[in-house]
Amino acid sequence: MQLTLKVWRQKNNKAEGKFEFHKIQAEEHMSFLEMLDVLNEKIVSEKKEPVAFEHDCREGICGSCSMVINGRPHGPQAGTTTCQLHMRAYKSGDTITIEPFRATSFPVIKDLVVDRSSFDNIIQAGGYISVNTGQAVDGNAIPVNRDDASDAFDSAACIGCGACVAACPNGSAMLFTSAKINHLEKLPQGKIEHNTRVKNMIKQMDKEGFGKCSNVGACGVECPKEIPMDNIAAMNRSYLTSVFTKE
Amino acid sequence: MRWITEFLTSSIGKKLVMSLTGLFLISFLIVHLLGNLQLLISDNGKSFNIYAHFMSTNPLIKVISIGLYAGILLHAIQGILIALQNKKAKGSKYAVNTNANGSWISKNMALLGTFILFFLCVHMGDFWYKVKFTDTLEMITYPGVDYQVKDVFKRVAVAFENIWIVIIYLVGLVALGLHLIHGFQSAFTSLGLQHKKYTPIINIIGILFSVGISLAYAVIPLIMYFSKLSNY
Ligand code: HEM
Ligand code: SF4
Ligand code: FES
Repeated sequence: MQLTLKVWRQKNNKAEGKFEFHKIQAEEHMSFLEMLDVLNEKIVSEKKEPVAFEHDCREGICGSCSMVINGRPHGPQAGTTTCQLHMRAYKSGDTITIEPFRATSFPVIKDLVVDRSSFDNIIQAGGYISVNTGQAVDGNAIPVNRDDASDAFDSAACIGCGACVAACPNGSAMLFTSAKINHLEKLPQGKIEHNTRVKNMIKQMDKEGFGKCSNVGACGVECPKEIPMDNIAAMNRSYLTSVFTKE
Repeated sequence: MRWITEFLTSSIGKKLVMSLTGLFLISFLIVHLLGNLQLLISDNGKSFNIYAHFMSTNPLIKVISIGLYAGILLHAIQGILIALQNKKAKGSKYAVNTNANGSWISKNMALLGTFILFFLCVHMGDFWYKVKFTDTLEMITYPGVDYQVKDVFKRVAVAFENIWIVIIYLVGLVALGLHLIHGFQSAFTSLGLQHKKYTPIINIIGILFSVGISLAYAVIPLIMYFSKLSNY
């Protein structure tokens, strides 16, 4: 299939970016990233600088393959990361516009690569449980209700890709932060530090400069792991409860 | 006390203020409508004028109305500040905007709010200001009522003879209806009140309320305008 790619090129964070056009030949069996590999082979053979894009697992679990394809984070397919998107979703002759995720707290490093350290900082503020080192505890020693376990897992499915921020017109990170908070809150090990976790993670989220949720709902639609918006309401509830009823 | 400022400046604290002031304004809309529907009673304004007199002289109503002005200001200022901060957090726009996700209304709450604010200025300037701070209204006495009241009804009736004023009201009400279609259910989500069992019910009530309240308000200038026409 014959494709025209309109790709964002930006040397570094300071430089001004612009779109570059490329015509390439791709196969419909290729994943979107394999198609970009073909593009880069072509660019390298012309002795030019290849397009920088992030990728790691290529199986939809690491969350690095961030880019906006024709205006949609991770492309048009619901519940699919860019690496799991295949070229059969397109037809010969299509023009595809590829841009980096855009949010002030996700500055562009180069071309399609953005810096998502702001997410790491939110996790470091409380997205963990404190355990003393020692022998590993028997996984089944603490009973967990079946429904709680699957609720926790639904939130834990978040791969921290940042598509929610990229999709949000307010650049809000509330879907990500709430998924992380609720995942731990549902489990006995996570409940212990829940109140301080909620406060600290939200404080960090605000400090990173993310926007405020207007309940638009774009995040839930674009999330490749289909994390539901309910998480945000639950986080609001947790935050209000911990501010008004706990030390 | 630091927790209070910390809370009120947090993203969720700011949204709590939006949500509570929004819901307070919604409750006001209901009371205001019930009072104003008396404009449609055909007694040449008697019940409405007596009601208006009560509303502008009762001390309890005075206190509540100060709360209301504060509520509107807080909601409007906070809303515009949040919208500006969100714009900054988004930074640059995408070259391709699909508009595939999220309703137009939910992304333009501040724009709709600004329309409402503009309408409120016209509305308050035309009635509230003239009733309170000018002597342009006639005083009348009704049989069986032992005090004089201002003829607010006439002021309203004269205003609604002007088609342009009627149009401004209708536009303002469309903006209000749209603002509430998203705002009503959004306020509950901001408070953390969301559940598979009752959220669908809140959503339906929200839409019915938003459309219903705008239509009910719109009926007043429309009936007054057209009944004047048919009197000639
Ligand atoms: C009678 C008039 C009004 C009523 C009943 C009303 C009601 C509401 C409600 C219930 C919400 C939802 C709150 C939430 O998302 O938690 C809201 C949001 C909002 N309102 Fe109003 N509003 C009114 C007037 C205004 C005015 C005059 C402005 C500003 C110029 C305004 C600006 C906003 C903005 C920007 C939001 C969105 C906040 C956000 O999503 O972060 N509103 N309004
Ligand atoms: S909530 Fe979804 S879109 Fe947001 S970071 Fe997690 S997986 Fe990505
Ligand atoms: S490369 Fe890991 S999720 Fe796409």
